[in-house]
Amino acid sequence: MLTVQQLQKSYTSGGRSREVLRDVTFTVEEGEFVTVVGPSGAGKTTLLRCLAGLLPRSGGSVTLTGTGKVVDSPPPEIACVFQDYSRSLMPWFKVSRNVAIPLANTIRDRGERRRAVERALADVGLAGFESSYPWQLSGGMQQRVAIARAIAYRPQFLIMDEPFASVDAQTRADLEDLILRVRQDSGLTVVLVTHDIDEAVYLGDRVVVLSKPPTVVLDVIDVDLPRPRNQVETKGMPRFAELRTDVAKLITQATAGAPAV
Amino acid sequence: MTAERLPRTATASRRPLRLAASLALPVVVIVAWWFASAGSTSPFFPPLQTILATFGENWLSSRVVTDVLPSLGRMLAGFAIAVVVGVVLGALLGRLPIVSYALNPVLQFGRALPATALVPVSIVLLGIGDLPKILLIAFVTVFPVMLNTIDGVRNVDAVLEDATRSYRLTRAQRALLVQLPAAAPQILAGMRIALSVAFVMMVVTELFAAVNGIGYVTLQAQQSFQVALMWSGILLLGILGVLVNGLFVLVERRLLRWYAQDRED
Repeated sequence: MLTVQQLQKSYTSGGRSREVLRDVTFTVEEGEFVTVVGPSGAGKTTLLRCLAGLLPRSGGSVTLTGTGKVVDSPPPEIACVFQDYSRSLMPWFKVSRNVAIPLANTIRDRGERRRAVERALADVGLAGFESSYPWQLSGGMQQRVAIARAIAYRPQFLIMDEPFASVDAQTRADLEDLILRVRQDSGLTVVLVTHDIDEAVYLGDRVVVLSKPPTVVLDVIDVDLPRPRNQVETKGMPRFAELRTDVAKLITQATAGAPAV
Repeated sequence: MTAERLPRTATASRRPLRLAASLALPVVVIVAWWFASAGSTSPFFPPLQTILATFGENWLSSRVVTDVLPSLGRMLAGFAIAVVVGVVLGALLGRLPIVSYALNPVLQFGRALPATALVPVSIVLLGIGDLPKILLIAFVTVFPVMLNTIDGVRNVDAVLEDATRSYRLTRAQRALLVQLPAAAPQILAGMRIALSVAFVMMVVTELFAAVNGIGYVTLQAQQSFQVALMWSGILLLGILGVLVNGLFVLVERRLLRWYAQDRED
């Protein structure tokens, strides 16, 4: 379980302090899929980098409740997938090497490491692309490599920052279903940040709705849609429409008026 | 991956045309030189035919071992030292900003020193022979490599930095597997500059306190009025310069295949 409590983050530049996150509090239960949605500029990436231990907090805490460990630097329990696949992979290494490099410190045995890489690539539908270079692949395939790298790392938590924002609509739907399947097979706990309301509702067990900055949590909405989810059926359900309207209302209100100070 | 081979075959079909275009002017110049100088009685401009004959007698026979190889050996040794020292120091300085601030004035001073001004100093301090020449070449060429490396390792993409930190790569892994490869385009650009500087320094160091080398022979030829030999030495330097640079470009292209392809998207 991941607990985020009164997380606060300000940036100081030129002697002036700008508050991005004011008070973000939510929890992620074991095995849960939590999506975080907010208006553009809500500090979503800032929030994620704080969760992953990549950015020091200004206040509050992020705790891995199972071990009581406070996340101050990137912990081995967390793997990240970033929005910009072309910038998060190493174009000078082949696909298999890209997936294998983070494993160098966790799996000592070479053969075992190679098998872990092959399994992860097969899981994301990239079997046979081990010796391609990332730049030889399409955007969607590159993001699959990044996902394979994350799952091969065997984390407890998968943290994703708008992972499907830079691909076309069809690829996006494919990747959404891929991540649902991977998560179901592995029992991973997932936190996914997005600006896309449909995506947040379609993927999540719960949706954390953020205000515009200085950011607070407006509401956490339970998504009581049945699983497994399906691009056509789930999105055609009246309940899906209701939920996305609820989220959309919150976000529209958030962008229309400033949050209470 | 078939799609990405297509443009390559398209350029391949245009290659003969390009080759012809690049060779046209050199051929014209050589032919013009040949006929303009044929039968020349000027002591300063012997016929090209004589120069080429001298070229064959000297540079394609015994002088390969006695002069050409020593020259190239010193140049490559100096260049190799500069690359190793420049990349290692550059990677360290680029990642330790406070150290690089501390050293920057000295580095800029060292870089700004005219290389030729150091030749007499190096002879005084290090004597004649191969070592001072190699060290001087290394000293002068280390700067472009080091400064480009500093710049390169500093500008690793922020997202990639996040990814490597998030996956808990060690400092050494980040330096060797991420920062240096990411900086490779800039490092190789620095090495290309360093190589041409090394070539110049190779000749310069042979003009003083030398006993062999292409520059030495060329200067001796001028001073003993063997004009054809002098011209042939200059010709050889030009040819070697083009060859060395061409070889480097081939290696660079091979190493930076990912970079060229990445930019095409």
